Amino acid sequence: MKSPRTVLKPQFAFISPTLVFLLLVVAFPLVYVLYMSTQEWYLASRVPPTFVGLKNYAEIIFKDSRFGSALKNTFLFTLIALTLQTTLGVLCALLFDTEFKGRGIVRTVFIVPMATTPVAISLVWILMMQPTTGVLNYFLSLVHIKPALWVFSQKTVLLALAIVDTWMWTPFIMLITLGGLSSLPTEPFEQAKIDGANSFQTFFRITLPLLRPYIAVAVILRSIDCLKTFDIIFVMTQGGPGTASETLNIFMFLKGFYQFHIGYASAVAVVFFVIILVVSIVLLRFRRPE
Amino acid sequence: MTAVRNIRSIIRRVALLTVVVLVIIPTVFFFYWMFLLSFRTNVDNMAYPPKFLTRTVVVDNYSIVFKQNPFFRYLLNSLIVAAASTLLGLLVGLPAAYSIARYKQKGVALAIMLARMTPHISYLLPWFIFFRMMRLLDSYISLVVTHLLVSLPIIVWTLISYFEDLPRDIEDSAFIDGCSIYGVFARIALPLVKPGIIVVSILSFIFSWNNFMFSVVLSGPRTRTLPVAVYSLMTFEEIIWGQLAAAAAVITLPVIVLTLIIQKHIVSGLTFGAIKG
Repeated sequence: MKSPRTVLKPQFAFISPTLVFLLLVVAFPLVYVLYMSTQEWYLASRVPPTFVGLKNYAEIIFKDSRFGSALKNTFLFTLIALTLQTTLGVLCALLFDTEFKGRGIVRTVFIVPMATTPVAISLVWILMMQPTTGVLNYFLSLVHIKPALWVFSQKTVLLALAIVDTWMWTPFIMLITLGGLSSLPTEPFEQAKIDGANSFQTFFRITLPLLRPYIAVAVILRSIDCLKTFDIIFVMTQGGPGTASETLNIFMFLKGFYQFHIGYASAVAVVFFVIILVVSIVLLRFRRPE
Repeated sequence: MTAVRNIRSIIRRVALLTVVVLVIIPTVFFFYWMFLLSFRTNVDNMAYPPKFLTRTVVVDNYSIVFKQNPFFRYLLNSLIVAAASTLLGLLVGLPAAYSIARYKQKGVALAIMLARMTPHISYLLPWFIFFRMMRLLDSYISLVVTHLLVSLPIIVWTLISYFEDLPRDIEDSAFIDGCSIYGVFARIALPLVKPGIIVVSILSFIFSWNNFMFSVVLSGPRTRTLPVAVYSLMTFEEIIWGQLAAAAAVITLPVIVLTLIIQKHIVSGLTFGAIKG
């Protein structure tokens, strides 16, 4: 007596719901967005979509300066944010690796930002960054630094957004690095002590090289997400002032969902997809050095 | 000698304490400021130089936010979407994680990872067109299904390592007793990874709760979730700081509580098994 269940191999039965999901919600939309990107398609107009081949792509890459600036902003924001949060994250990991009273509770509080709702976080940051009445400029005035315009100036907007991102995600780098620190072998450190190395030498010659694979994992995962930052930028600046903080994500969103320029936005979506995919694959190759 | 050493150790301690305070201040002050703004009048909030304490505590900001907008509705929507996508994620993801761990289906695992890493905004436009065509914009279905893209990778990737760590001999003896693979999964494997299931459920709930991008496009007046509702508060002509802060506090409070519960495991859910929490 065979039940129909035994006909289906278990390894297929277990993953078939996931496969269905991946097919319907991920793969099919991807194929469709490729198709959409070859169309001249305005959602608002009555004109039906028409096939235009690679025209949208040509326009994006060769004509639209906003795309180029969005590309630059995306990578610049990621570079600033990652530099800040990696440096701080590693330093904080060293701190949390030392024994001190109340370490557990301080660490717990420290990691809360990475799980809190980005939209809510952004609202409070905006209030703090208000140029005339905001609390951040008050703090600056206490140490005699003249008030900054934060997200309200083209010059500082990317840095200001990177600071918010750093506030949220430094704990992530810290936690991964801390995990690395706790699993380091002890012999090299004993040897260094015998050889009379000072703590700076020990850190740069031994700790840091041993930690490198852990820091690499943290930086890789973070950079892939950082390139896709949406919530905090959309809420705090919508890509402004002007287009100073318009990243590829924001650019595509505004084209697609504000101007309903569907074909063009789809082409941006495809280009963005390819960029992230390539970056992910390249970076993930570094992930497992062995 | 000992006196010098004592002074040295005191200096060391004070230095350490200072650094700890400096590191934790941005986090503590941020949340303190959010709650402080939310419990003060607008006059107090706009004072310059800013006041860092308050004599009176007012709850008007909260009551106005809830009165002027159907905030309870939005709260409920967020709860429904986050809970439903987590449940659906478990239903789909638990067998998948077990199967990947047991049969080494690395391709599926990789596909899920790529689905998580590629920009979700690229899927958003086709989703929008489909759901619009099927008249499913502003429905729970569209939100729950798309939020699965947030919850499923967390659930599957965290649980793979839990299932991999299960001792095989327990399963093997169940097979000898005549149990099918489905019985082993349901009656033996699942109960053993219960701690992991709790962790991923909370993580998945948090990140679905936080999601803004999908909801801002796919939700509408009926299904609007909290992040979208709070964002739209900002587009009012006159921004009342206290009300914004109150709305922000309402969204973040549940997340803060949940984070404190699973703090040790939070990183495991976000690193694709690179780090075991």
